[in-house]
Amino acid sequence: MNIPSLSIASLKERVESFSLKSLLLPLFGILAFVLLWQVGASRVHTSLGEFPGPSVVYEQWNSLVAEHHNERVKEDKFYERQEKRIEARQAKDPSYEGKLRAYTGKPTFFDQIFTSLYTVLAGFGLASLIAIPLGILIGLNSSVYSALNPIIQVFKPVSPLAWLPLVTMVVSASYVSDDPMFSKSFLTSMFTVTLCCMWPTLINTAVGVAAVEKDLLNVSKVLRLNWMTHVTKIVIPSAIPLMFTGLRLSLGIAWMVLIAAEMLAQNPGLGKFVWDEFQNGSSNSLGRIMVAVLMIGFIGFLLDRAMLTIQRFVSWDKTQVLR
Amino acid sequence: MSTHLDISKVSIEFPTAKGSFKALDNVSLKIEKGEFVSLIGHSGCGKSTVLNIVAGLYDATEGGILLDEKEVKGPGPERAVVFQNHSLLPWLTSYQNVELAVKQVFKKTKSKKEMHEWIMHNLELVHMTHAADKRPDEISGGMKQRVGIARALAMEPSVLLMDEPFGALDALTRAHLQDSLMEIQKDLNNTVIMITHDVDEAVLLSDRIVMMTNGPEATIGEILKVDLERPRDRLALANDPKYVDYRAQVLTFLYEKQRKVEPISAVKAKKTTDTKTAASA
Repeated sequence: MNIPSLSIASLKERVESFSLKSLLLPLFGILAFVLLWQVGASRVHTSLGEFPGPSVVYEQWNSLVAEHHNERVKEDKFYERQEKRIEARQAKDPSYEGKLRAYTGKPTFFDQIFTSLYTVLAGFGLASLIAIPLGILIGLNSSVYSALNPIIQVFKPVSPLAWLPLVTMVVSASYVSDDPMFSKSFLTSMFTVTLCCMWPTLINTAVGVAAVEKDLLNVSKVLRLNWMTHVTKIVIPSAIPLMFTGLRLSLGIAWMVLIAAEMLAQNPGLGKFVWDEFQNGSSNSLGRIMVAVLMIGFIGFLLDRAMLTIQRFVSWDKTQVLR
Repeated sequence: MSTHLDISKVSIEFPTAKGSFKALDNVSLKIEKGEFVSLIGHSGCGKSTVLNIVAGLYDATEGGILLDEKEVKGPGPERAVVFQNHSLLPWLTSYQNVELAVKQVFKKTKSKKEMHEWIMHNLELVHMTHAADKRPDEISGGMKQRVGIARALAMEPSVLLMDEPFGALDALTRAHLQDSLMEIQKDLNNTVIMITHDVDEAVLLSDRIVMMTNGPEATIGEILKVDLERPRDRLALANDPKYVDYRAQVLTFLYEKQRKVEPISAVKAKKTTDTKTAASA
């Protein structure tokens, strides 16, 4: 609206200050960090050699990318060979039905990233499906809150590592199937993530729902809104900011919990990659672990940004500053 | 004319940490159809409590409310409320805010098209059609209150309850809205109960002014019938002897009979006599 009243000069100034703040300063911060890292790393000596600096990490990144490509090429060749063999046999004996065997090569770094990503999203999704409706119920009804609060408070601080053995045993005992849709390791990781990350969403949703302005509740009463309209038109919109605070905290926890669970349980994923490299103990290991550390951080950051984008999309108040 | 709304011997007690607190004692008031009644009194005298009881948001401890000879239980759209700070849903546009009320009240009796026309008609009444698609945070305080009034009017209430509707607005906007309200009232002739602490507003708008004593155990002190020709014009009335007299009567009630704060000299004098009697005893 007030753009026409801005002079071109002040507009230019704004654009410039924006790019300075949003690009130049972060870039400066990163550069300073890399420099410190390089200098500091060369002074730390371990039994596996020097602590990996930025240049070593960059080399290892390249080698991980190369390994991934090699593995894909090997996989393609593996299937090609199988198909040829089947075709050859079918030429001799038309009744022969070939069966393609799955490639059993070692999962690469990028395969592990993919595994971790969909595990965390599944675990987080399940947690949200439980926590949001339950949070709304708790926030609306103080009796339900009083009944459930002690349980929530006790389970909230439990570490994923404590849950893991129990979840593993329960999954292996109860999920018995000849042709399983999901692997047991996936289910174990997912349930552990769910159990650990649902609490912030649950609590924040409940608080948001309970904190709906009294005037708006009176409006709802005067209009005699039915329960469903009351919840969808009044309660949920006003609880959305806190709900998203909870969801973002939950997703952050989910990602951290998952890496720990994968390390401990040797379930496929980035955690297992880190643990395998540690056990491997080659001169490249520390560099590769550092690549994984940075990748875990970067993915965590992207997940949070994704949540923020969803919040912007869902939130009614587009002028709200979200960070 | 028969009684439309009967507030009958209403008392209310609130439980507090120090035992129960009696806010209202034996409030009785009969209101006729189409009458505009103001409740005036010092803050804390329980005038909002009366309104909330009529709205059904509070339950009276004793006594009750009869609307067209039926007892009122719980809140409902036939007793629409205009809240002091507009209370629009911030995530809905002006249109949607009114729509929520209209859908709730006329779901079974009006078609979609009729509902749309009814919403626009009510926004038209308060001169807000131009901002129908704006959300509350995009319009001014006065405009929000106009939408709040449109929402209440759209419920076609038997009694319109207004809780200090213009209290949070600046003087000019308030005057503007008062004029709008009189205009609407001329056509619709609603039964209105309005809470106010503005003497001019009370005299200008009301058929009767109900003056309340100070709490606790507040009740109705005096009732003043305002016999001024309608339509009323604030400029012409400013020097009208009848208007000035009504105004003086309300002011006398508020600042002499129901003085809220004693002058400092009086407080001091009381203290010295207290200490004297204590010393002599």
